Amino acid sequence: MSARSELASPAVANIADTVSARSELASPAVANIADTVSVVQSVDNVALLPAYLAAGTAVLVLLADLLVARARVTVVAAALGATATVVGAVLVGSGGERRTFCVGSDCSYVFDGRAALVAVVVALLTLGVLGLSGPLLRDGTSPAGEYCFLLAASMTGGVVLGAAGDLITLIVALETLTLPLYVLVGLRRGSLASIEAAVTFFVVSVVATTLTLLGAALLYAATGALHLGRLGALFAERPELLDLPLTTAAVALVVLGLAFKVAAVPFHAWAPATYDGAPLPVAAYLSTASKLGGVVALLAVVQRALPAEVTGPVLALLAVLTMTVGNLVALRQRRTVRLLAWSSVAQAGYILAPLGALALAAGRTDDARAAAYAAAVAYAVFFVVLELGAFAAVVALRPAGAAGGTLDDLRGAARRRPWPAVALALALIGLAGLPPGLAGLFAKVTVVRSLLDGGAGWLALVVAVNAVIGLAYYLKVTAALWAAPVPGGVAGPAASGPGEPVPVGPVPAPAVRAWSVAAVLVAATAAALVLGVAPQLVLDLAAR
Amino acid sequence: MILGEFLLVAVLAVPALGAVVVAAIPHDRAARVVGVVVAALTLLATLPLPAGRERGWFAYAPLPPSPEASVAIHPWHQVDAPWVPGLDLRFHLGVDGISWPLVVLTALLTLLCCYYTLWKVPEGSSGRALVALLLVVEVGILGTFLAFDLVLFFVFFEVVLLPMYAVIAGWGGPDRRRAARKFALYTLFGSVLLLVGVFVVVAAAGTADLLALTGSAGMSRGTQLAAFTLLALAFAVKSPLWPLHSWLPDAHTQAPTVGSVILAGVLLKMGTYGLIRIAVGVAPEGARWAAPVLGVLAVAAILVGGLVCLAQTELKRLIAYSSVGHMGFVLLGIATLTATGLQAALIGNVAHGVITGLLFFLAGAVKDRTHTGDLGDLSGLRETAPRLAGLLGFAAVASLGLPGLAGFWGEAFVVVAAVQVGGALWTTLAVLAAVGGALTAAYFLRLLRQVTHGRPSPAVARLTPGLAGAELAAWAPLVLLALAVGLAPTLVLGVAEAPVDALLEVLP
Repeated sequence: MSARSELASPAVANIADTVSARSELASPAVANIADTVSVVQSVDNVALLPAYLAAGTAVLVLLADLLVARARVTVVAAALGATATVVGAVLVGSGGERRTFCVGSDCSYVFDGRAALVAVVVALLTLGVLGLSGPLLRDGTSPAGEYCFLLAASMTGGVVLGAAGDLITLIVALETLTLPLYVLVGLRRGSLASIEAAVTFFVVSVVATTLTLLGAALLYAATGALHLGRLGALFAERPELLDLPLTTAAVALVVLGLAFKVAAVPFHAWAPATYDGAPLPVAAYLSTASKLGGVVALLAVVQRALPAEVTGPVLALLAVLTMTVGNLVALRQRRTVRLLAWSSVAQAGYILAPLGALALAAGRTDDARAAAYAAAVAYAVFFVVLELGAFAAVVALRPAGAAGGTLDDLRGAARRRPWPAVALALALIGLAGLPPGLAGLFAKVTVVRSLLDGGAGWLALVVAVNAVIGLAYYLKVTAALWAAPVPGGVAGPAASGPGEPVPVGPVPAPAVRAWSVAAVLVAATAAALVLGVAPQLVLDLAAR
Repeated sequence: MILGEFLLVAVLAVPALGAVVVAAIPHDRAARVVGVVVAALTLLATLPLPAGRERGWFAYAPLPPSPEASVAIHPWHQVDAPWVPGLDLRFHLGVDGISWPLVVLTALLTLLCCYYTLWKVPEGSSGRALVALLLVVEVGILGTFLAFDLVLFFVFFEVVLLPMYAVIAGWGGPDRRRAARKFALYTLFGSVLLLVGVFVVVAAAGTADLLALTGSAGMSRGTQLAAFTLLALAFAVKSPLWPLHSWLPDAHTQAPTVGSVILAGVLLKMGTYGLIRIAVGVAPEGARWAAPVLGVLAVAAILVGGLVCLAQTELKRLIAYSSVGHMGFVLLGIATLTATGLQAALIGNVAHGVITGLLFFLAGAVKDRTHTGDLGDLSGLRETAPRLAGLLGFAAVASLGLPGLAGFWGEAFVVVAAVQVGGALWTTLAVLAAVGGALTAAYFLRLLRQVTHGRPSPAVARLTPGLAGAELAAWAPLVLLALAVGLAPTLVLGVAEAPVDALLEVLP
């Protein structure tokens, strides 16, 4: 899989080259371009370093599994690779923008500040998920080699995604991010729910990708361009392109296909079932790294390629539906992971909300647009930190290798395991956007501020009202942590009432006490606390 | 002045650090003692804040024209440091005559509540957790009163929400979870409107600095109307203004005694303070425009509160609904937008905090002893517990506004202010508010007749006359303050006069 992604980028660049060569057939530059179509294109390998490191991680894991065949070594290899990717992305990103696979001024791979941010966050999330997977891999529920390889392959997609400069690279990177997840979701021995979840996810995701590809093809048919920057410039220069019904259809297909990936309503139905069926760490990856990937892809096309006049209203509608439906349905959930899944649907709505400001002319000034994009990125970063913290705490509170269970299983958890419970409460309150989860509060403030700067006061009010609905269920979970445990639930067979069925089989295993899970939990909570005191760190990075 | 800045930071830092320390000490009683010490230190830090201000206590002469004469707020001290430039958030604290009485009241009530908890922990979780939460609530409330930055104000406004939820949900009465959830959702609804309102202002004016914003800083009329509507709605939920009050009776009734005292004593004041400082100060045209609506709703609150109280059969619920009426007077005072009205509102705020705090302490004591709050099961309290009955009588009489006690000034002068505004509407409102004042007297006298007079009911007959030393110590400061503010209203008005006049100067 990693090999495929490595090969994909140059191949795509070549395709793109031929494409633009054809569209500029009349120009005198044809001869030069014809030269560059041959394989001797100069490639900036430094720009590609993070992608190499990520892909190398996948290969390393495969080799480690093959040669040493010990779960611990495999996991450590994956963790080292992810760390190296983080370092590589930071080093390359701090050196300013680097482009490669270029035709003229259009490049297929642009490693700028945002690409570095995305690569770092995705690699860190992968590292976190690896930590959470410790107990799962130790008891052999999932095969360690395959598991880590797939995770590393997915990380490669995420690292390339942020730097993608044309539609095809973007879609291939997004697929590289998603494809391993189909397998990961189902990678739990003897679990029917996992298989079901995997199939649902696979079918929906393939349809979504097809839609996006069709949209990209139609866009190419209408404009003759695939590079994001070129598309944006074309739409700005030739507004008559927007009058073509084909263009509108193409834009809609691209946006809607990507909306599937972020699980925006009404393209969300796969998410709760998939999250709930997947192993907990994979659900954590789905709702953080995978969702971040969808957001980055959507942001890339909206910001650089597609006309805001067309995407703005669509995104505003998606945002309103997503947060409202997500929050309302989350109110009724009884299973922990389903509740988190629906809440993350709602959170995707908050991420999309700033982009909804593009629907109005006041939101399409340069300043307002920059603020909207920065707000969406900033919210996404705040969100993944808090979400990873929430999942880490749930993993820590549940028996090793267990699924998320119901809310009743979490009742009274604070009495048994005060620290993970406090961390979970902090993460949930942060997701609700209230102190002491200041990171979440500032995330909401950023979104509302960008909306009001863009003149979209109505959307700000929708966000605000949704925050109130959201608090209702976040509070329900948080309060359950401190409530008296349900008799017969966690307390074991002895405490169950006379009318209730006595649980058969062994007493539930004690909650996880793996150091790797604890480390991830501490790191995510510490990150949330630091970002709560110094949100400017994220705001600065997001604005780059 | 360096000392002033130090004190401002200390007022917030001491309880914040104290809360962490209290939560970290494993021994319950030791933790509570530390909590009391922390609360006492906080009170000590608030008291010298007026020191070093330019004018004496009783000097009413106008200020010499300062270089920044257009600024409508003259803080005694301020601290200003950048925090999150990307969100226009600065750590800007300040104190002046409008906020200082409320700051002291907050610190005093928190100290009394912590001290009361030292003596008696309500049923629920551990006492140290309760004390830690009370200290966090104190940080939020004090921060709200001290913030001179709109975004910072919003942040502190939000800080209060969840700790107060936890106090109600963790230590409250039988129906505490529902009441706590209702409180949290209602007040969050208010504060998200505040968030939107704040950023409507910030987006239009380009700054969140209250000193620069007060007097509207050149915002268009439309923006001001929108901003005032959002802000006033937000504060109306917190205050609470009829018809957005329905969270209050449940929360106050179900909360533990100390929770009720903090809720009624100072938490509601965040709403009225915000209305004066933020809503009126930042969007004066909007305030002028909405004043009649605000006035009508305030009078409706007074009358509805009074009538509901007349029909109440539960002690704590009656006191809770009386808060709706009293806060109605405060809001009517603000709605008049006159010097008399605003001053009356400020002194009404303080008086209500002192008296209703005392009333909730007493109601808690009665309920703890008799295990019932039903007025039908309570009578003849003066026969078996004469001291408790006497204090209850004092508090009730103070609350109904007897001249010479704290409650009088606020309510009487609100009516005077409404008459002074003149016109058919305001005169009618004044008359109706006066009728509401009479209703207040009616239901408090009914309460006293039922609870203290008559033959002792079985629940009351068991009581012993004694009061615990801790109870007396917690209540005495409130009794003395009710007397002191009643006899010398200049304690509050003396410091509030100059800032109110300055605020009125920027009103159109």
